Amino acid sequence: MALRVRSALLLLLILAAALGAWQVAATPAAPTGPALDPEYAKLLGTAAQGGQQTPMPRPSDIAERAWHLLRDPFYVHGANDQGIGIQLGWSLLRVLTGFGLAALLAIPLGFLIGMSPVLHGALDPIIQVLRPVSPLAWMPLALYTIRDSGASAIFVIFICAIWPMLLNTSFGVATVRREWLNVARTLEAGPWRTAVAVILPAAAPTIMTGARISIGIAWLVIVAAEMLVGGTGIGYFVWNQWNNLAIADIVVAILVIGLVGMALDQLLGRAARAVAWRE
Amino acid sequence: MPRPWLSVEGIARRYGARPVFRDLWFGVERGEFVALIGHSGCGKTTILNILAGLEAPDAGTIVMDGREVSGPALDRAVIFQSHALLPWLSALGNVAFAVRSRHRAWPRAKAQDHARRVLDLVGLAEAAGRKPAELSGGMKQRVGIARALAIEPSLLLMDEPFSALDALTRGTLQDEVLRLVSDAGQTAFMITHDVDEAILLADRILLMTNGPDARVAEVVVNTLPRPRDRQTIHRTPGHHALRNHIVDFLVARSRTLAGARPEGWDGRRVPEVRPAASPIEETIS
Repeated sequence: MALRVRSALLLLLILAAALGAWQVAATPAAPTGPALDPEYAKLLGTAAQGGQQTPMPRPSDIAERAWHLLRDPFYVHGANDQGIGIQLGWSLLRVLTGFGLAALLAIPLGFLIGMSPVLHGALDPIIQVLRPVSPLAWMPLALYTIRDSGASAIFVIFICAIWPMLLNTSFGVATVRREWLNVARTLEAGPWRTAVAVILPAAAPTIMTGARISIGIAWLVIVAAEMLVGGTGIGYFVWNQWNNLAIADIVVAILVIGLVGMALDQLLGRAARAVAWRE
Repeated sequence: MPRPWLSVEGIARRYGARPVFRDLWFGVERGEFVALIGHSGCGKTTILNILAGLEAPDAGTIVMDGREVSGPALDRAVIFQSHALLPWLSALGNVAFAVRSRHRAWPRAKAQDHARRVLDLVGLAEAAGRKPAELSGGMKQRVGIARALAIEPSLLLMDEPFSALDALTRGTLQDEVLRLVSDAGQTAFMITHDVDEAILLADRILLMTNGPDARVAEVVVNTLPRPRDRQTIHRTPGHHALRNHIVDFLVARSRTLAGARPEGWDGRRVPEVRPAASPIEETIS
């Protein structure tokens, strides 16, 4: 308890120091350049008036933008202007769809691979070659075959989410204790009952670990995928704000992406604890 | 000679070209308790696994009640050395899993009731809801015993069921098994390396030589009267001779008899001895 309090205090201290230093460092000196025609200056924006780059936003600017963006996250002003909550929703929908489809394929297939050494031997080379490929490399192929940017993003998520679940499921199934399988055999449990009542619960913790890794990777990849396909999603939002030079908005988006990723991980972590067993 | 109820007929197991054991013949009659004793490496566990149907012998067959054993079946229950409980199920769940295997048509509640009764039989009614991780070693093995008994097997197979337990717990569980097996007239076959356990529980004790190429060198008939009691058995006349005979075998003859068969050896006619019935029995205070 005391340890947690001390950690929390230290965290606040580090945050305060870092943000404070950032605030001071990013506050611009008073503009010194020659005065411009006011109308022209208005057109150029504040940065250009001083003849400088877009300034790095200060923490106070970011807080202000965060308040602005998160106050009404679900507004829709036409196709090109939607709230950050809507964009996150699109990203989550794609991640969960791609992840769900991947689970539907990876877990049963992993089961078969884990149970059959022949199948393992046959499919392992394919898996080992495809697994290290960046999921974004699939994007052009997906766009070419599917001809739909939204579905292509989901496909990319599907491809990147499949490997950890596939490998963990097959490993979990292949390493179920021989003695538990022997128990099932002496009780004349058929293959289906053995799979459902013995192998699945025995391998569930390993499978859930794979699912947890998968969803983490999927959440990493969705941002990049949406930057490519555009239209909607938090990745698109980040890219769009980069084009607008709204750096503060990008920082807000980064924080939000981190928080949602953490929430997804915690969710899967909780599910993993629910199926965990101890000997 | 009529075929015994359980008839092991010339089974062998090879490891590469070398036999671990071969030409193994023995029988178990209904209601009989037979123990097989020997050092590690003579293939004891393999023999039990073959009886259970979990492994196939490289030669020979096993016939039980007139039918050849060709795989695991519910008429043979195994108490595993490592208890082999499913750790995600409660004690009750583990036993109920076996009950539902035996009685597929039974509704869940009926199977659970039956499982509860069997757990009660091994003195674990209180711990029914606990997971194996929350049970002591002895309690886990009680659940293992309950799971085996719950399917009402015609043959109970035990693979050194108490060897992982401390001496005190082992004694209690031996009593428990003795009681349950005698009450039910259960036919049982047990692998052990504990001489006292074999004398207490078994009616016949098969003495196995060291591997490789192990064989049953002798069958010791336990003539000590049933019911045997752990408290008094060591004062029973004949106990000393019986125990000494088996210890002698394990210490010396299991090694000297190992390997090549003597002239005229017939695996089907293993010599039977009755050390406890011999007249020269010194009594101890």
